[in-house]
Amino acid sequence: MIPVPEINLGGILPAVILCLAGLVVMLAGLVVRKGIVTVSAVISIAGVLLAVMANSPLRVLNKTAFSGLIILDAYSWFFNILILLAAGLTILFSVRYFTDEGLPLYEYFVLLLFSSAGMMFMISGNHILTIFIGLETLSISIYVLAGILPGSPKSREAALKYLLLGGFSSGIFLYGAALLYGAAGSLSLPALAKFLQTGPVGKMAMAGMGLLLVGFAFKVAAVPFHMWTPDVYEGAPSPLTGFMSVGVKAAAFAAFVRVFFEAMMPLQINWVHILWVLAVLTMVLGNLAALVQDNIKRMLAYSSIAHAGYILMGMVAANEAGTSGVLYYLLAYTFTNLGAFGIVAIVGNKGEANVQLDDYRGLAKAHPLLALLMSIFLFSLAGIPPTAGFVGKFTIFAAAINAGYIWLVVIGVLTSAASVFYYFRVVMKMYMEVPEAAPAKLQFGAAMALGLTIAVVGVMYIGIFPTTYLNLAVESVKPLF
Amino acid sequence: MENVSFPLLSAITFIPLLGVVILLFINRQSHEALRWAALVTMLVDFVVSLVAYAHFDSTSAAMQLIENRPWVRDWGISYKMGIDGISLFLVLLTTLLGPLTILASWKDIQHRVKEFLVCLLFLQVGMIGVFVALDLFLFYVFWEIMLIPMYLLIGVWGNPARKLYAAIKFVLYTIVGSLLMLVAILALYFIAGKGTGVYTFDLLKLYEFPFPLQAQFWMFLAFFLAFAIKVPMFPFHTWLPDAHTEAPTVGSVVLAAVLLKMGTYGFIRYAIPLFPNAAMDAAWWVCLLAVIGIIYGAWVAMVQDDVKRLVAFSSVSHLGFVMLGMFALTVQGLEGSIIQMINHGLSTGALFLIVGMIYERRHTRMIAEFGGLSKVMPLFAVFFMIFTLSSVGLPGLNGFIGEFLILLGAFKVYPVYAIISASGVIFAAVYMLWMFQRVMFGVITNPKNRVLEDMSPREVLVLMPLLVFVVWIGVYPNTFLKPMEPSVKNFIQQVERKKAAVLNVENAKKRSAVDTGGFSVTALNTESKSER
Repeated sequence: MIPVPEINLGGILPAVILCLAGLVVMLAGLVVRKGIVTVSAVISIAGVLLAVMANSPLRVLNKTAFSGLIILDAYSWFFNILILLAAGLTILFSVRYFTDEGLPLYEYFVLLLFSSAGMMFMISGNHILTIFIGLETLSISIYVLAGILPGSPKSREAALKYLLLGGFSSGIFLYGAALLYGAAGSLSLPALAKFLQTGPVGKMAMAGMGLLLVGFAFKVAAVPFHMWTPDVYEGAPSPLTGFMSVGVKAAAFAAFVRVFFEAMMPLQINWVHILWVLAVLTMVLGNLAALVQDNIKRMLAYSSIAHAGYILMGMVAANEAGTSGVLYYLLAYTFTNLGAFGIVAIVGNKGEANVQLDDYRGLAKAHPLLALLMSIFLFSLAGIPPTAGFVGKFTIFAAAINAGYIWLVVIGVLTSAASVFYYFRVVMKMYMEVPEAAPAKLQFGAAMALGLTIAVVGVMYIGIFPTTYLNLAVESVKPLF
Repeated sequence: MENVSFPLLSAITFIPLLGVVILLFINRQSHEALRWAALVTMLVDFVVSLVAYAHFDSTSAAMQLIENRPWVRDWGISYKMGIDGISLFLVLLTTLLGPLTILASWKDIQHRVKEFLVCLLFLQVGMIGVFVALDLFLFYVFWEIMLIPMYLLIGVWGNPARKLYAAIKFVLYTIVGSLLMLVAILALYFIAGKGTGVYTFDLLKLYEFPFPLQAQFWMFLAFFLAFAIKVPMFPFHTWLPDAHTEAPTVGSVVLAAVLLKMGTYGFIRYAIPLFPNAAMDAAWWVCLLAVIGIIYGAWVAMVQDDVKRLVAFSSVSHLGFVMLGMFALTVQGLEGSIIQMINHGLSTGALFLIVGMIYERRHTRMIAEFGGLSKVMPLFAVFFMIFTLSSVGLPGLNGFIGEFLILLGAFKVYPVYAIISASGVIFAAVYMLWMFQRVMFGVITNPKNRVLEDMSPREVLVLMPLLVFVVWIGVYPNTFLKPMEPSVKNFIQQVERKKAAVLNVENAKKRSAVDTGGFSVTALNTESKSER
């Protein structure tokens, strides 16, 4: 009998728990008739909480498992927490959405859990193929999730678009991996790093790296690989859009950073300029396009593209501060953007009827608390202190300046000044304009309230007392350097 | 000076926040209770600031009442506060205006009272914070925080026709400047950190570091932009008339009296002492812009037919004086500049309140609609007259002291500028007195004006404290000049010393470059700079 080392199971335990929880939800779906949404949500939340507990030992580990396919370190620990946080909040936000719509879609929760498990594999992948399998698990779940709303042409369009373009990008990613394999003879990250350090780097390896970069850029929605984002974000159910903008992005960045900082560091001179250009394009185009959107989901989609640009800036800095900045930024962004999409889901009301910016007119009068929360999330997105978003931008800008990219930062701050316009525009609609018709009565259940509370407390707390979390981020990137 | 164990400055800064918490528990319908709660908060805040004043040692140039706690230790960010003679009176001005703004809005604001008061209290936190912060990060946080309540004040309670435009214009102008300043703050943090090995945002420690000339130039430019927009200096002033005109009365008062001072204060506390060489190289240009602002503001004010817009443009002119006195970098000029900041806060704040009073009665601010008001509102006429004269700079009132000192200080360095600016005083007399004449004197042509009520006791109460200080500064300015003198002298010396230190470093660098026969771009740059 081949002994199974305990540590291996421990390492992937969080993902295993999520999958098991997904299976339990599926079984429950067969048995329970009434209130299946609540039941699935409760099971899913329990799964997420268990996974958080199972994840905690990773923080002090630095080991590989499954013959080096998986790496267990503080970096994985941090991102796993992030994904679990995103998944948990999304589940809380989704309950009311599906009960309101009268859709007993327990599959939604199953897929959400499976995609989170996929993200975790992607995060702890120490081998390009592990990362690819994680990526596919997450993507396929999300393709289905995007199109889960029955009878909604937009949702279907979103799913199809995402499937086609996502499949295309997966192909590119895989092609890149194949070329690298051809050049290096291995796809494990340490082996790649060793190959690139020692041997002469041929055109094949360079092309492989370029294609991998494109694949990642697609997943993080960097310009010019962002085309799918607005349509998919608009069509998908609002809570899920929040999850996509945070979870998928975080997982993709986690793998992106790990692959490029662990394996591709010898080629840094080559990719850092590409990332510089990508960052500028992403910030400029994302912010400019967001200026002219009238649909809040599309606006937030472009804003999430712009935020990918800021995060790329942290990667360009290519130092410990920049990378830890990326981690902190993603944490801040998780609270902020999920919170914002939670509000979008509430205001959207039945059938997502109210997703235009004009639907926010007079929200402050009808629902002062909702308007206040939305304003806090928007201020955080805009990077106004003392919110988490400000500290996030601050860390990234600081790292980039320290690395000497002053002009990149200047471009960044100018685009972020432009972003203030569209974030404040929503505040303006909520506080300063009067709705044409009487606003619909909005209501949200306890789960939603809990989720929003967690999000807003997160945004404010890590904004005002960032020390602990900055240190966590610094600690978590140590394994990469 | 005894060591104050009680964190006075934190208390002054955050008492308004406590008021916000109290307001949250009061029913939004009971307007009176809300107003009283806010008023009491502001009064308490003012009293605490007087306690701080009592503890202030006016013979010392050092920072006092210092509080220092680490905030983000790894980054060298600390929660550090302190005041000296320069910031003391700006803090007092802010806390004095606090209760007055609540009183002034008692009748004016009738919808969303709770939110309005919350905004005012929040604004107070941000403004006081800016004046007491001694850490660049902390300063930036306060600097940005105050954007949001001001945005809401203009946008929610402003003049319906153009309030949205004015509000967003205000925000965008400010944020472009302040974000570029953020880049400069980070750059100076790293430059000083690499130079000394200690990474810190502590302002007092950063004062000591001689920044290289070229870096100074760029960083000064970024700080200059942020502060010049805020002041506002010509040609960055275009947001100001819109914001002032569309904002509710109290919004204009706070904007004119305190917010604009954040810009001028920023120059004194940050831009000049951190980058003295760049500041001195740029002084000629800054003073030129200031003089253009003085004359341009006065001329444009002259042709306004809206009283509020007229007062707004007079601000551009008055703040030109403040900038001129400051960048003359002489003791008199700087003292005059600081006094003039206070003066402008008192006089222009009062004038906006007065405009608000007639607006409440007539719902118009057009000069042509009025005339002969002095007959029906004699008490009002007295107050209006005094504040008009104070704004004009009549000897015996506050404005004269400030302008006199500024012109005196500026004349030593830039005689031509001083002479041209002096004509600004005359223009001020023209537009203010002409406006006063058209509004208050003559026969009553508009029947609506016959029935206007004179000032109520509440309105007298609002203006009275301002009046007291207007006369006090005018008659016995020493009360105010004395405490600031050590700080101002120290400031000038410190700037000179640091300028020399930077030049020493640069010269040494240049020499060593010549000695080794080395040819470097930086050496060339410093050469061309130091020749000026």
